[in-house]
Amino acid sequence: MIDVDIERRVGDFELKVAFRAEAPVVGLFGRSGSGKTTVVNAIAGILRPRRGRIVINEETLFDSDLGIDVAPERRRLGYVFQDDLLFPHLNVEANLLYGYRRASVDAHLIDPDHVTELLGLRALLKRTPETLSGGERQRVAIGRALLAQPRLLLMDEPLASLDLRRQNEVLRYIEQLRDDLAIPIVYVSHSVAEITRLADTVVLLSEGKSLAAGDVESVMGRMELRPHTGRYEAGAVIETSVLSHDVEYGLTTLGFAGGQLVVPNVESLAGERVRVRIRARDISIALERPNAISILNVLEATVTAISQEEGAIVDVGMTVGDTPLVARITRKSLAGLDLRRGQHVYALIKAVSLDRRSVGYA
Amino acid sequence: MLSSDELGIILLSLKVALCSVAFSLPLAIVIAYVLARFDFAGKTMLDALVHLPLVLPPVVVGYALLLIFGKRGALGAWLDQWFGIVFAFRWTGAALAAAIMGFPLMVRAIRLSMAAVDRRLETVARTLGAARVRVFASVTLPLALPGIVTGALLSFARSLGEFGATITFVSNIPGETETLPLAIYSLTQTPGGDAQALRLSVIAVALSIAALIASEWLTRRASTHKRS
Repeated sequence: MIDVDIERRVGDFELKVAFRAEAPVVGLFGRSGSGKTTVVNAIAGILRPRRGRIVINEETLFDSDLGIDVAPERRRLGYVFQDDLLFPHLNVEANLLYGYRRASVDAHLIDPDHVTELLGLRALLKRTPETLSGGERQRVAIGRALLAQPRLLLMDEPLASLDLRRQNEVLRYIEQLRDDLAIPIVYVSHSVAEITRLADTVVLLSEGKSLAAGDVESVMGRMELRPHTGRYEAGAVIETSVLSHDVEYGLTTLGFAGGQLVVPNVESLAGERVRVRIRARDISIALERPNAISILNVLEATVTAISQEEGAIVDVGMTVGDTPLVARITRKSLAGLDLRRGQHVYALIKAVSLDRRSVGYA
Repeated sequence: MLSSDELGIILLSLKVALCSVAFSLPLAIVIAYVLARFDFAGKTMLDALVHLPLVLPPVVVGYALLLIFGKRGALGAWLDQWFGIVFAFRWTGAALAAAIMGFPLMVRAIRLSMAAVDRRLETVARTLGAARVRVFASVTLPLALPGIVTGALLSFARSLGEFGATITFVSNIPGETETLPLAIYSLTQTPGGDAQALRLSVIAVALSIAALIASEWLTRRASTHKRS
């Protein structure tokens, strides 16, 4: 449980942020200059709020009324910065063990061998930071923060200084450690793609204020927050597991509560969990099962909700088995199909619309 | 090769220079760190005080030392009475004079290298559980090592060459305070001493070059050490 309620003023910039969140991954989302980094720095104890309270897992780290301000080295929070900030005078192994050696022995729950394996660092241990690629350096920085045995991991735009390929590489490792080590993460980003791929709960910041907090889809989908969330595509995130690969056509079949989904090849093993985000505009609706059609995913669904809107576009809520989906269609189509709640329909999803950005490792 | 007089002079010079570096280095590191990392009232004063020996005539520094640390000086009498430490007309006084004259050079070099250490690395170290003192010892100090080596060498070389403050403070006593420069000076004042003055000068040059090579080697070793 993360409970933050802080105020701080720097020049003209007035930060006033309050939120509570309990989730494996809490996303702090906002444009640059919205105060995201200030919030994580305050949580980490690097800068002191003028007033307020920071409580992590029922332990008060900062409380201006009670005069509590725990020193950063005693907060037990791992911090991964935008730049990897590895110690240049130490090799990879010594970097990894820097915090581990200082953590009390009975707090040693996260094992160096495990982290080395998880982050693929085995072959790099004797290298110096200057000889590593950007992605490797950031992986070492993540491992170093983890091995200090934190109760919470703070990540401030950890992908920002990497190129696209490295971003994907590191993102995948972050997903793995989230699932494998079950360590809560506060993830700061201005990227919708990263937030929806990783986070369960999102806190939306704008100009130093927290505007909303809640699960990703409900916050990011809210119309009135559109100016702050930007062009966010409404959609639904579903949890799936890999069933099989079709080597010949380069496709992967994913199973979820309610059916199966065919997507372009996902690099993971059968049985692995994968998170897929399906944008509402990528779903079409048919009343009968279409034949002779290029669309690979035809799912039986039940209409649960229809948004009441005056414009050209409406959102139709559906369930496939127990899994909720949203389809965005024109009001004309809605009228043409005469859709009603409770009606049985077919949801059509092009496999090619589920690209790399929408398929992540859950 | 070397006469026993010459050997004595060289050994005394080395002893004076090494002691001056050894005792001033810890203080120089602390002051350099304070100047590089903190802002406080009186910082300019401290900075000026450290630099004073660089701009004052050495004779003035020597005379000031004589007034303060001499037998009847305020601090000198007190140190003698309570700790039995005497600087006046002893080799320890020569080391003190050398340390003070070399101090600004030492602090400047160390301060520059400490200011160049990325402060964010110190912040990271703290989030990894290291308290301030540990951060200093495990991050700041090793990363500033090249500057510390340079500072120590500059001060060492300055100590070997110290003349004005030394001769004013502790005079020229053969076997006690007669270091290389003092010996060379008195030989040039002695009829027929030219040849020996030249020999000692060559030795002084050799010592300086040796110190330079040693520091290069130390710096390189320090930077390869971090690789292993």
